[in-house]
Amino acid sequence: MARAVSRNQKIGWTIAAWIVALVIFFPILYAIITSLKTEQEAIAGFNLIPSFTFESYQAVQSQNDYFKPFMNSVILSVGSTILALIVAIPAAWAMAFSPTKRTKDILMWMLSTKMMPAVAVLVPIYLIFLRTGLMDTRIGLTILLMLINLPIVVWMLYTYFREIPGEILEAARMDGATLRDEIVHILTPMAVPGIASTLLLNVILAWNEAFWTIQLTTTNAAPLSAFIASFSSPQGLFWAKLSAASTMAIAPILILGWFSQKQLVRGLTFGAVK
Amino acid sequence: MGQITLEGVAKRFGEVEVIPPLDLTIEDGEFVVFVGPSGCGKSTLLRLIAGLEDVSDGRILIDGTDATDASPARRGLAMVFQSYALYPHMSVRKNIAFPMKMAGLPQDEQSRRIEAAAKALNLTDYLDRRPGQLSGGQRQRVAIGRAIVREPSAFLFDEPLSNLDAALRVGMRLEISELHNRLKTTMIYVTHDQVEAMTMADKIVVLQAGRIEQVGSPLDLYNRPRNAFVAGFIGSPRMNLFSGAVAAEYGAETVGVRPEHISVSAEGGKWKGRIGVSEHLGSDTFLYVEETGLAETITVRSDGEVSLRHGDTVWLTPNEDKIHRFDRNGDRIA
Ligand SMILES: Nc1ncnc2c1ncn2[C@@H]1O[C@H](COP(=O)(O)OP(=O)(O)O)[C@@H](O)[C@H]1O
Ligand SMILES: [Mg+2]
Repeated sequence: MARAVSRNQKIGWTIAAWIVALVIFFPILYAIITSLKTEQEAIAGFNLIPSFTFESYQAVQSQNDYFKPFMNSVILSVGSTILALIVAIPAAWAMAFSPTKRTKDILMWMLSTKMMPAVAVLVPIYLIFLRTGLMDTRIGLTILLMLINLPIVVWMLYTYFREIPGEILEAARMDGATLRDEIVHILTPMAVPGIASTLLLNVILAWNEAFWTIQLTTTNAAPLSAFIASFSSPQGLFWAKLSAASTMAIAPILILGWFSQKQLVRGLTFGAVK
Repeated sequence: MGQITLEGVAKRFGEVEVIPPLDLTIEDGEFVVFVGPSGCGKSTLLRLIAGLEDVSDGRILIDGTDATDASPARRGLAMVFQSYALYPHMSVRKNIAFPMKMAGLPQDEQSRRIEAAAKALNLTDYLDRRPGQLSGGQRQRVAIGRAIVREPSAFLFDEPLSNLDAALRVGMRLEISELHNRLKTTMIYVTHDQVEAMTMADKIVVLQAGRIEQVGSPLDLYNRPRNAFVAGFIGSPRMNLFSGAVAAEYGAETVGVRPEHISVSAEGGKWKGRIGVSEHLGSDTFLYVEETGLAETITVRSDGEVSLRHGDTVWLTPNEDKIHRFDRNGDRIA
């Protein structure tokens, strides 16, 4: 940034940024606060100071085991991401390094599938899952989540690979690198950061996916998103318990996100920032 | 050794002929500059020599051996790219070592050459940094270092200075010239900047639309441009070119006079005009003379003491011995 920013301006922007961040983070913060309240406190109205009781957490754990949906979330998000990368790396590679006239169209077409509302294909997919016995199975959900996120994964990888300048590969060729040397010493190390941020972002997307996981699972394959949902309806609203369940569901991904902020920002800006 | 011969080398991209068949010999140890306007095919020609593009026709000989189908690595040439093309994930040391690693040189020999190159290029303190932590000039030196350690039979430079600011550019120009004096290895240097060409080259190859317009030493080109294109391209400020009555007077279609071959006087002379802009550089004064009825402006180089200003009426007289004459095709007459 060549523009000089005055001290006052800087302070102003910092305060504004904090306010925006707080507003965005507030629902999560309030869920955490509510999870530490008793049920009576929780429905009593707006109150930022809980009594710091862990009874909701105990209730959630005893009523509905946390460990199984947690493991399901891990398996679904990591599994679908790895599957997606296996399909998408060669695809994006081919499109980035030997594009044809139609490459852009194919990319747009893939992205356009993300513009369709998921409900539109609910019935066919539901029926396919029923007929093939994939309903409420981890393998079925893993494949589905992989397919859902594939367009984003291909797009992200494509943008990263495209950033690798052709002249660097030519320099390597002049320096005597064989195709294998090029892949091992130049391309892979340069592509790894992009692959890593794609992987992270996609794990988060898959972790948070709720529509399909709620529709297509009951108990066996239900991940944490479905686990939260199971607290929201049947026995009326128990806000403290619901908040405790939500907090437990988002905690792992929040922690992961915190430790990988830098990679994530790169991922979310699609490689626009170098 | 590093003699490079092009025989009928041509390049087509699909239907488009970027380089019509051309012949050129570059002698061992020569500093050859390819110069020409942007898009004239300089980079393409260099990349054909490097082996990064395949020729559409013709043969490339390196030290007398046919290298037309040899891979870039087998040609024994090193290239410095405009974008530097450093490996961003490797330290400076590893960047410089990379070609030696590929060639399988012993470790101690690699270290010896890295130290020597780093010392020559002022990079010793930066060997453990990544390219991203270096300035433009330093990156350029790393790229040169990576080229030197291979001890190639020729260096190829593609506009290596165009990403640097003006002051650095002059410094690097000298460094590259010194490098050539020290190594005495063949260098082929591509630029669109005729000043770089004039100051560095043993031999200049002027290109236009993929064709060689003239090959010669800087002074050859300056004193005896073979056609009007070379006349206008080489020299700064540009040569004044006239057509019409003035040219007819000398029996030519076009005549040209360099700014330093026109004398200026407030009293009298051959052509009358009025001063538009005058640039006083101290050592020289450049006068841009208008309203002569011969050309839009006539550029005149005069000594630094001239006190003429904007709006003054002046008389210009060309040095008759220094007038260049060109025929209808733009070719030099005698
Ligand atoms: N890979 C390519 N495919 C098609 N046309 C190309 C390719 N590379 C260069 N050209 C064309 O060849 C001409 C010469 O390009 P180049 O050698 O890069 O010029 P210069 O280096 O003199 O500026 C340009 O018109 C350019 O558009
Ligand atoms: Mg070029």
